[in-house]
Order: sequence, then structure tokens, then C-alpha cells
Amino acid sequence: MSSFPPSHPVAPETDAPTLLAPVARRSFLRYSSAGLALGGLYLAGCSKDDTTGPSGSGLIDVGTGDTGILNYAYALEQLEAAFYTQVVAGAYYTGTASAAEKAIFSDLKDHEIIHREFFKAAIATGRITDALMPDFSGIDFAQRTTAAGSAKMGVLNAAMAFEDLGVAAYNGAGRFISNVDYLTLAGKIVSVEARHAAVIRELMTTNTFVASDVVDTTTTGLEKSKRPQVVLATANNFLMAGSKLSANNFA
Amino acid sequence: MDLFKIIDDIAQVDPEVYDRFNPRRAVFRNFLGFGKKVSAAAIPLAVSTLFTKAYGQTATLPQVVIDTLNLALQLEYLEYYYYDTALNSPGLLTPEQTAAFTIIRNDEKLHISTLRGVLLTAAIADPTRAGYDYTTSQNKTRSPLMPAFATLGGTTSPTTGMFTDNATFLLVGQNFVDTGVRAYKGGAANLITQKDILEAALNIHSVEARHSSRIRSFRRGGIQGATAPKSWITPDETPGALLPNNGVAGAPAMVSPYAAGADATKYPAENNTTQAGLALTTSGIASSTAGAEAFDEPLDAATVKAIAKNFAANPTALFN
Repeated sequence: MSSFPPSHPVAPETDAPTLLAPVARRSFLRYSSAGLALGGLYLAGCSKDDTTGPSGSGLIDVGTGDTGILNYAYALEQLEAAFYTQVVAGAYYTGTASAAEKAIFSDLKDHEIIHREFFKAAIATGRITDALMPDFSGIDFAQRTTAAGSAKMGVLNAAMAFEDLGVAAYNGAGRFISNVDYLTLAGKIVSVEARHAAVIRELMTTNTFVASDVVDTTTTGLEKSKRPQVVLATANNFLMAGSKLSANNFA
Repeated sequence: MDLFKIIDDIAQVDPEVYDRFNPRRAVFRNFLGFGKKVSAAAIPLAVSTLFTKAYGQTATLPQVVIDTLNLALQLEYLEYYYYDTALNSPGLLTPEQTAAFTIIRNDEKLHISTLRGVLLTAAIADPTRAGYDYTTSQNKTRSPLMPAFATLGGTTSPTTGMFTDNATFLLVGQNFVDTGVRAYKGGAANLITQKDILEAALNIHSVEARHSSRIRSFRRGGIQGATAPKSWITPDETPGALLPNNGVAGAPAMVSPYAAGADATKYPAENNTTQAGLALTTSGIASSTAGAEAFDEPLDAATVKAIAKNFAANPTALFN
């Protein structure tokens, strides 16, 4: 399954369903899904060696197997820890943040640093770089929420994006984990990320701790998990060139 | 064989057929993997596998998966009827709480339907409101475990009565949802061979954690409240109020949503600060408080059942 060529036009989970809306969803699925099934037969001729992604793309690939998923989590935690470290040094936090908001962001920074350091210590071999370079140029650390007319995200908006993405990422990565201990570890972290996400969302808008942008609130009640490649397409917007990531083996 | 025609024919009687084949359900993913190994002669078999995967799989679900999901289902009912009773208890909730618990009740209802959709005929029967006694009197066979719990149901009819105390409702609600989060976390390992079911369970687990975060913020007086409890579990919450184990084999003698489960190494208390053998307090950045907060802990099925039986009207009928 991991031999799914990364260039294949049908991503397993896109988070942009609205792009498909003009096309009748059912007929789209008919051709994409059914076509995909028949496509499977063509893969019969492929050898197992076709798993490597495109090289020379300048992306850091998280790798394969459980180590790959741990690296993936490590990368996201590096990003979150860097973000909150910058939040607590920024003008919003030191200035206008309420006492409750200060306490929350201080905790979030501590939690994410602990997650980062945990993965750094836990991934004994095959670990990706410890020094991913974040690019937070799209975030205004002086603004509580995105200012009207501003091209930059406010602190709460960015925090919400990171936390919701983290939850969707851990949930979507669970299926790729082989070792039950790692699966449980991911579970121990993701529920804390979900607690974070709900707090940040409440700080922005009352009673949005669960809402249709992150949870299917009409048919299943399930969080909208995202596959690694979908998550990284968003996360890479917050990473410098040379620190951007791929997860070619997890489709 | 015209696969498109077959699918179209099915769509006449089952409009959801295309959704069932949606790649996110991994039907086609599995089919792809299978397709690699089959010759053209085996295509009919492969197609039949495809339909089996799309339309339920109870017959092939391992017992441990059924047991794990049925325990989750009973916890969802426990919560659903709890919030539903609260929403039907006039004067109990503030308008903001009413809005929040309406969302939470709706989520639990959907979780019930999602779990039933996986379990199909293997699902337990709906225990109904009468299956639960939130006063912990086990339908008047003992005194409530704490005097305040008497406010979570009628005196003459604890399995139907309304709730009358906001603080007690929020406290017990938080305990329920945190137990649920720990139960899903502990159960995930049992689902590791069923990837789609595992992902669905994880997607319920995080929603429950969002609920906990919200309920906790009500308990500290609102999202801008700066008192306890935090929206995450702090080490001073352990072990919490210890409850009897109702004779559940394999559970500790006394249980709590925040204490250790059976096998305290695998299911430590929520103040645990060692993860995968690594002490989180020695890395230079972590305090024992933040170290405990940063990781939630799983709970084993026996301990979850032992906790939950305290809220069953008949403890021998539920959470077995």
C-alpha cells in the first residue's frame, strides 16, 4: 500500500472538499474510486522497489515504518514548540493577554516542548533533524486575533490552526503504526492536543470546541483526521525552504 | 463484467454506495494491495472482497474488537443519557452551558450510531435512561457514594429523575468524559489490526477530549477563569475520589477516573511523569506538573467497567 506513487492524482484524504463540490460527488467517486480499483490491477506489474518518492525535491522525508511516524510527530511538535516559544516572547502575550490566556499559553509552551524533547529522546536512530527552521512570517505575534485587513494571522488563529492540525495528524497517523506501545503513546499525546484545541477555540468563539470544520457534526461525530501528506501540505507553509517535509511512504 | 453497471444498480437501492467506496474508508486501498497479487481470473473474487469490506464486517470482527467497541458503546450511552437528562432539567444549566451540552449530547448520539454501524448485530441493546442511576444508589440498593450525588436523579426514582445541582452535574460529567478518554486510549491497542475502525475510534477519542476541555472550563467559571481545574488533567487530581470496584475481576480494589488501572505500569495514574522509560522531569525544561499534564494516560477495560458500574441501575446488567 505504501507503494502508492506519490504522483497519483487521487489523494486519499483531501481537506478541500469544496473544490470538488461543482462536480457531482457521486459521479466523481464513481470514476475516481472505481478507476482506482481497476488501477490496482495495473500495479500488479510493479516491483516493490517503486516505493521511493521523488528525489531532489528539497523536502525532508520522515522515513518509513514506525520511525517515520515518530519523526512525523517529532516534526509537528518541533513546529508547535517553536511557535509557543515565540508566542510567550511576543507583544500580545507580554501585553494584552488576560491572566487566563497567559496561563494557558505558558502551559501550552511547556507541553509542546515536553512533547518535542520526548520524541527527540525516544527516536534513538533514524531521527530527522532536531533543527527544523520554522517560518512564522505569516503570523503577527502582537495581535491576539487576526486584525481586520491584515494578511497575517493573529496568535489565537495560528494556535487554533496548529492544534487542530495536530489532532487531525495524530488521528490520521494511527493506522500506520505497527507497535502498540507507540500507538498508545500517540493516544496519550493527541488527547492533550485536543484539550488544547478546544481551549483555543473557546478563547476565540464561545462553544466552538467542536464544530463542523474539525468534526463531522451531522453524520458520524468523528474528528476529521488527515493523512500525513495532507497535514504536511499545511505544515510546510510554516517551515523554511530546506526544512519542508514529505511523508512519501504514508499515503 | 461491468463493474460500473453493478455499482449503478446498487445505487438504485443504496444511494450511499459511492460513499461506501470512498477511498477514505480504505476499501480501495485494501483492494489495491490485493490487486497486486491477483491475476485476471481472480478478479471476481477481488470484487467480492471489495463489497464485503464496504458493507459491514461483523462476521469477521475479532471478539476483542467487539468487546472493546461494546464497552465504548455503553460508555457513550452513559454519557448520552446523562447530558440528555441535564438538558431536560429546567433551571440546571446556564444558556451557554445549554448550548455546549447540546453539542456534546449530539456528538454522543452520533458516536452511538457510528459504533452501532460498525458492530451491527453484535451491538448491545440500548440500556435506555432506566439503565443508569447517576445518584450511584444502584437503583436504591445502597446510599449514594457521596451525598451530593443524590442531586443527580429523583429520590423515589433515581433512574428517571431530573438533576438539580449544577456543580455536581459538571463534576460528574467531567469524570465521565475523562474516563471515556482513558477508555478509548486503553482500547486503541485492541483495534490495531482493524485500521478503519481504529481510525474511527481515534476520531471519537479526540472529540471526547474536546468535551472534557470544555466541561473543565465551565468548572473554573468560564474560559477566562484562572482557577482550577485546568482544561488538561493536573497531577493534583490524582487519585481523586476512590470508588468501589463492584467485584469486577482484575480491577483494583478501589478505582477512580484519575488513579492507576490494573497493571499500574501499563495504565499509570494521571500524575505519571515517565513515558516510554523516559523521565520527563529531568530534561531541564519540564516540571513534574507540566510533565504529567502533557500526557494523558490509558485505562484498562476492567478498571473502566469497575468505575462505570457505580452508575448503572443494575451493576450486573451493564459493563460486563
